[in-house]
Amino acid sequence: MNKSRRDFFRTSSMLGLVIASGFYGSSNVLAAEWKTNSFGAKSLADALKEIGVDNYTISSDVSVNSAEIAENGAVVPVSISSAIPNTEYMAILVEKNPNPLAVAFSIPSGTDAAITTRVKMGSTSSVYAIVKADGKWFAASKEIKVTLGGCGG
Amino acid sequence: MADPMRIRAVLVGEKVEAKVLIRHDMETGKRKDSTGALVPPHFIQTLTAKYEDRVVLDTVMGIAVSKDPFISFKFKDGVKGGKLTVTWVDNTGDTRTDTAVIT
Repeated sequence: MNKSRRDFFRTSSMLGLVIASGFYGSSNVLAAEWKTNSFGAKSLADALKEIGVDNYTISSDVSVNSAEIAENGAVVPVSISSAIPNTEYMAILVEKNPNPLAVAFSIPSGTDAAITTRVKMGSTSSVYAIVKADGKWFAASKEIKVTLGGCGG
Repeated sequence: MADPMRIRAVLVGEKVEAKVLIRHDMETGKRKDSTGALVPPHFIQTLTAKYEDRVVLDTVMGIAVSKDPFISFKFKDGVKGGKLTVTWVDNTGDTRTDTAVIT
């Protein structure tokens, strides 16, 4: 293959990558990409590292709401919210689950940084909400007591 | 084919309150059946909600989301009669899209 032709392909494929990454960065197309590394992480610290959290601040503007005691660990209603402006990402992590990261949300502008969902908990654990706003990370946690675990069988 | 989702989208004041209930086993891959064999993992990995063409929520989830996932959220600038469309994809590639009209 002649060299200039190869260069052309190389340049055009790199250009494609640049365009694609720009495309994903645009406001309307969020990258809902499922990452094995973050969901497969086996400790809170590893999960945070895989998400890209280098350090975070515990903030009273972030909250985790749920009942103090969950009778059934298979279905634990949890609400997380952030009053920090420009919150763009929120995640729920259950520290003592085999894989702490449970679910993560990209929050486009116009959507409230407040979400309710239901998660499984293997045992009594701290549940963390981790929030990204303006490139900085914030967190809050709450201990939820579980009388019947939800991850066994 | 997966069962339809139940989506409610109600305009309250300036915001649309959306509630999505999905019928899905959300198998962890760690549970054993009555014969002692592991039940293979089967769980939703991504869920995207759009108001008309605008993404209003983008979600990635793991095995720790409860069976029959439920998510509620709110967004601005929606009008009555507008359409909220929710799509999920699970780890086997199964997918489902449902639409609700905002009331």
